[in-house]
Amino acid sequence: MLDFPRWKVASIIGLLAVLCALAIPSFFPESTTSKWGAIPHPRINLGLDLAGGSYLLLEADTADLANSRLEVMRDSVAGTMRNGTPRIDIGDISSRNGQLSFLLRDPSQVDAARERLLAITGGGAGMSGQREWDISVVDTSRFILKPTEAGLAQAVDTAMKDATEVVRRRIDELGTKEPTIIRQGATRIVVQVPGLQNPQALKDLIGKTAKLEFKLVDESANPADVAKGIAPIGSQVLPYPGDPRGAVALKRSVVISGDQLADARQEFDQQTNAPQIAITFDAVGGRRFAKVTTENVNKPFAIVIDNKVISVANINEPILGGRASISGSYTVQTANDLAIALRSGKLPVNLKVIAESTVSPDLGKDSIRAGVLASVIAAVAVIVFMLVTYGRFGVYANLAVVINILVIVAVMAMLNATLTLPGIAGFVLTIGTAVDANVLINERIREERRRGRSVLQSVELGYKEASRTIFEANVTHAITGVIMLLLGSGPVKGFAVVLLIGICTSVFTAVLFTRMLVALWLRKNRPTTINI
Amino acid sequence: MRLLKLVPDNTNLKFVALRKWAFGLTLALSLIAVGLVVTKGLNMGVDFVGGVLIEEKFATPPSIDAVRSEVDRLGVGEAAIQSFSDPKTLSIRLPLPEGGDEGATNRLVKKVSDDLAVKFPGATFSKYDTISGKVSDELISKGLLAVGLAILGIALFAVVRFEWQFGVSTVVAIVHDLLMTLGFFALTGFEFDLNIVAAVLTIISYSINDKIVIDDRIRENMRRYRKMDMREIIDLSVNETLPRTVMTSVTILLALVAMLVLGGHVLRGFTAAMILGIVVGTYSSIYVSSSLLITLGLRAEPTPGKANAADGAERVGPKTPRA
Repeated sequence: MLDFPRWKVASIIGLLAVLCALAIPSFFPESTTSKWGAIPHPRINLGLDLAGGSYLLLEADTADLANSRLEVMRDSVAGTMRNGTPRIDIGDISSRNGQLSFLLRDPSQVDAARERLLAITGGGAGMSGQREWDISVVDTSRFILKPTEAGLAQAVDTAMKDATEVVRRRIDELGTKEPTIIRQGATRIVVQVPGLQNPQALKDLIGKTAKLEFKLVDESANPADVAKGIAPIGSQVLPYPGDPRGAVALKRSVVISGDQLADARQEFDQQTNAPQIAITFDAVGGRRFAKVTTENVNKPFAIVIDNKVISVANINEPILGGRASISGSYTVQTANDLAIALRSGKLPVNLKVIAESTVSPDLGKDSIRAGVLASVIAAVAVIVFMLVTYGRFGVYANLAVVINILVIVAVMAMLNATLTLPGIAGFVLTIGTAVDANVLINERIREERRRGRSVLQSVELGYKEASRTIFEANVTHAITGVIMLLLGSGPVKGFAVVLLIGICTSVFTAVLFTRMLVALWLRKNRPTTINI
Repeated sequence: MRLLKLVPDNTNLKFVALRKWAFGLTLALSLIAVGLVVTKGLNMGVDFVGGVLIEEKFATPPSIDAVRSEVDRLGVGEAAIQSFSDPKTLSIRLPLPEGGDEGATNRLVKKVSDDLAVKFPGATFSKYDTISGKVSDELISKGLLAVGLAILGIALFAVVRFEWQFGVSTVVAIVHDLLMTLGFFALTGFEFDLNIVAAVLTIISYSINDKIVIDDRIRENMRRYRKMDMREIIDLSVNETLPRTVMTSVTILLALVAMLVLGGHVLRGFTAAMILGIVVGTYSSIYVSSSLLITLGLRAEPTPGKANAADGAERVGPKTPRA
């Protein structure tokens, strides 16, 4: 019990002193700490509920969504007519003025064509029970498909739901904890992020559509036509700075799309050490990729992101493992941003920032002030109570609790963690269990004294027996914390972070630190009786 | 100086004797809680179910808390109020009105904006919009999964470190605490928002801590007094840990009551939940998890292999009979 060599005392006190010092910047306003220059000043971030933050109002480009919906329909109409049996020949297919029209070569196939259209437009009735497309025939052989308002609204709603999730994933990837993301009205998304962390980076990341496609290069295209922007039927010309003509003709059909991505990470090219993005396909995507590359060895294919050609590469051999990498002129930052955008999935609709502002905390200033006052009074009450119950041992416990609070703040500041109300709940619990650890130890010492053991033996046994209990309790807490950290999000995660940090720091302060203080005192005074 | 002792030395309360009554009461309360949650439901806040966002322009920057208490007075639900860079503009988020149709929403918006216009001269209502909740379905399902797995993890830990009975009784007690808390929210109609989720997590964690402390003492006493009857061991263990239980609960309650009284309106639901949780958690440690051990047939002789190596040799006995 008394074996606390000087080096151990020095390292415990030294470590705690450094950590306490690191907690200090968090108690000063940012305007003060930013002037400290070279002195390290990690700060704990306060969440939206406590400190407010940046606010962005995003609006979906619904006209663009309607257009791409029309394009998708155009492709699937052409596909079903051509590939069904019997083949139905169509021509003059166009998607203009918000509607799709095409001509039937053989007017006697009107009924068969209508059958097929009904199948691909959802039998005429969508999920809402309303028709999504109006189908009409003019001049006996011209079909006109018009999206209904209900159908379009339904499509916008679905797209917005997905877009909200994508935005949430992207912001989470930025490491910004606990953003508020809510849909407002039919076509808008409100994003609030704690603090004022570089709103431009946030906007750039949210604005990326990140539609990833792999397409085969159309080698039959006439280079002169490509330069003029004319592509053969079934192909399209897309700008590509890497080509002398500044553009390249690609087959329209998408070989693999970003939907089949399992992961995307920034990495470095092993030869040139240039930043690039490693992508991994899911099982379906991997199989497709293997098949396509096997069938097209020695042909060039292109990686297209947001309708811009990123790179064109030759397929030298079949790519089987479901892994590929995208190189281009990236910096670590841009490669990383793109990787985040790719793995969070593509935005189903373009989003535009239509308003930005700062917002005040969710909890009013008065509430926060009241909360702080209450916490201070609560802390004082606990401290007094511990003092009148355990005397000298209470002083040690209190010292440990105060240091524990500072250490948690310091660790959170260094991890750049965000403190919100749920985090404070975790804090209260941590302090509670830290107090409990000392209560367990002190009660155990009392018990051993009652059984007639000597002071030294009682203290020794008190720490030994209570430590086992404290260990069991903390391991269960750690299990809870880890599971919640891995699976939870929002408040569950915020709570778990503080809980896990608190477990480590409170064992250190409540058990080791108080034990050191007690040992030093016992060694110096050798009391034969203690007041506990 | 004479130090304070909350529990006199040699206290010996007969907890186990009351367990049949306690089980009855616990079961009844749990059923009532389930009934309340099913019939009345939880008053899910705007965080979960979405609602209406009203943008209000004021003549001079208003005190947000004054606006909040004014909106609260109207009884239209808990408002989340924020100001923008322009401090004269406030956004007020309110839960959806009963019915949730357009007419009801319009009436709610009119009620709030009319009232604010009277109380804050020059305040004009600029626009309103319906909004979704902060929490997507994905977040809810993942959160529930996390809590479920955490409880399972604790049960497994208790089975590995103690005996299987400890795992079962701990889970039963945690579920009991959860039901009581949810029942309390259904009964009072306090708004259930994201912060309450954190409070519930805190309750579960505190309760687990409490149970482990008592379980640990029971295990210790089982090894020390191998011939003693299980009832006596549990009574002894609960009494021995009673000073600690009372001391810890009192300190935490002290802190929480200070928060409840002084912490203002917004923290009320949060602190009320935690206070209830401490009380319920302490009760369930004694009457649900500990007493249940007897019903589950825990015996004093540890199963071979479970005892620690040092004193394991003299303790090898018949496998614990399962009752």
